[in-house]
Amino acid sequence: MSNSPAMTEFPPPQILTYPASSAPVLIAQGAEGRLYKTTYLLPDQPCALKYRPSKPYRHPILDARLTRARILAEARVLQRCRREGVPVPAVYATNEKAGWLMMEWVDGAPVRQRINEWLGARPDTEAAQVEAQSADQTPLISLMQRIGSAIGRLHRTGVVHGDLTTSNMILQRPKEHQHNGHTGEGAMEKGKALEGHVVLIDFGLATQSSSEEDRAVDLYVLERAFGSTHPRAEELFEQVLQSYKETFKQAPAVLRKLEDVRMRGRKRSMLG
Amino acid sequence: MTLETLTLELLPPTWRVHAAFFKGVVNSEFLQEQLLGRNAEFEYAFIDASAIVSRQQVLSALFNVAVVAETGGLQTPNVHSEVVCSLSPGKNIAEAYRRWGITPGTTKDIIILKILTLEPKSECPTADDVWTHLRKHVDGRPVPLTDDEIDGSTDWAKVRKYYKLNGAPALEGIQDDAGRKKEAETLIITSMALRGL
Ligand SMILES: Nc1ncnc2c1ncn2[C@@H]1O[C@H](COP(=O)(O)OP(=O)(O)O)[C@@H](O)[C@H]1O
Ligand SMILES: [Mg+2]
Repeated sequence: MSNSPAMTEFPPPQILTYPASSAPVLIAQGAEGRLYKTTYLLPDQPCALKYRPSKPYRHPILDARLTRARILAEARVLQRCRREGVPVPAVYATNEKAGWLMMEWVDGAPVRQRINEWLGARPDTEAAQVEAQSADQTPLISLMQRIGSAIGRLHRTGVVHGDLTTSNMILQRPKEHQHNGHTGEGAMEKGKALEGHVVLIDFGLATQSSSEEDRAVDLYVLERAFGSTHPRAEELFEQVLQSYKETFKQAPAVLRKLEDVRMRGRKRSMLG
Repeated sequence: MTLETLTLELLPPTWRVHAAFFKGVVNSEFLQEQLLGRNAEFEYAFIDASAIVSRQQVLSALFNVAVVAETGGLQTPNVHSEVVCSLSPGKNIAEAYRRWGITPGTTKDIIILKILTLEPKSECPTADDVWTHLRKHVDGRPVPLTDDEIDGSTDWAKVRKYYKLNGAPALEGIQDDAGRKKEAETLIITSMALRGL
């Protein structure tokens, strides 16, 4: 374990140097932190460990305080969401002094990846596309609806995500396709590729808020992300909003606000 | 029936943890007195099983203690008292002892953990030593620490109150009993992880 490049290049938190049935795997390395896949209590219970290493350029006391506040804020939001029935990973353990948060591993792939695979696998010629169109769109529409309803439930709980993109949602592999403890891709039939629960992750920028403006910005950020990463699915974003409305009573006011936010966004891009 | 030695992912390599479960214990008052008198022979975590829902919950509490011990953050005198407190979703230590520790007269089913840290040169009792000691002093019927055995001890009214599960929307949506129990356990573990912070 200690010899693998991922473990020497970036030293892991001490906890990951302790014995486990499988070596931790570095899954993602972002500006703020790293995400490892490891195991919780038992060899067959995978978990995600989100680690915020200390920043050498920050004053140590300030650094410790910021790290602690961020770890705890994310854990609290996850706890609140989980209790309210919003689809998010459970929290397993926190060590705010060491700068990490351990949570349930969501087996699946980011929604972003699944949508792109699905769109990419569509027939190339226009004629074939038109032919496949009607049958084709049903799974994608259903996925949009699940996304909208997950966001509706999140907002209903009084939490705004702050960084809502299709990378921060995991399409959970349906239970019958799960193979515990492995990241390998199971071959899945095309018809089922978009099945599964949508689980929201990455609450590092989340806040407790019931403001229509904040909620509208969440939707706007996702809409923009959609337009840039999945232009072929952009017109389906309406489905997200429709199902958001069905899940969340205060949606109409938020959607009105969304109009304003879009307008401001357009003005800004015209000026810039 | 003997003592079980627990193996846990990511436990510090110096830790050896033994576990036992006794039902129908009639001398909880005696055990409580040993704890209050700080009798060094009784360095155990004694857990009232009526406030526990599963084996996973116990392992989770143990893991959380290893985690805080690593960064020197024990809130109580030692790792054994810390196990009892780490079962609590809140910060109130006296309340945690009252709820998850033993209460003379009331506590009948007791889950026991013995944590040994293998430090160089220190004399460490063997599993046999620990078992002999427990058999001699805990007047009850030893059973394996399994979910089935724990199930029979759980007082759900108490658990729901302690972990604020009443009215949790996440549980209301689940129809099957096994699924609801699993989600309750998950909410419990999540609130233990937060420790009221
Ligand atoms: N609970 C989880 N289960 C499975 N994968 C996860 C989990 N949390 C995060 N990931 C993966 O790790 C990546 C980075 O985690 P994230 O919380 O988004 O951190 P960051 O703030 O660095 O973006 C995610 O995009 C996702 O692929
Ligand atoms: Mg992210």
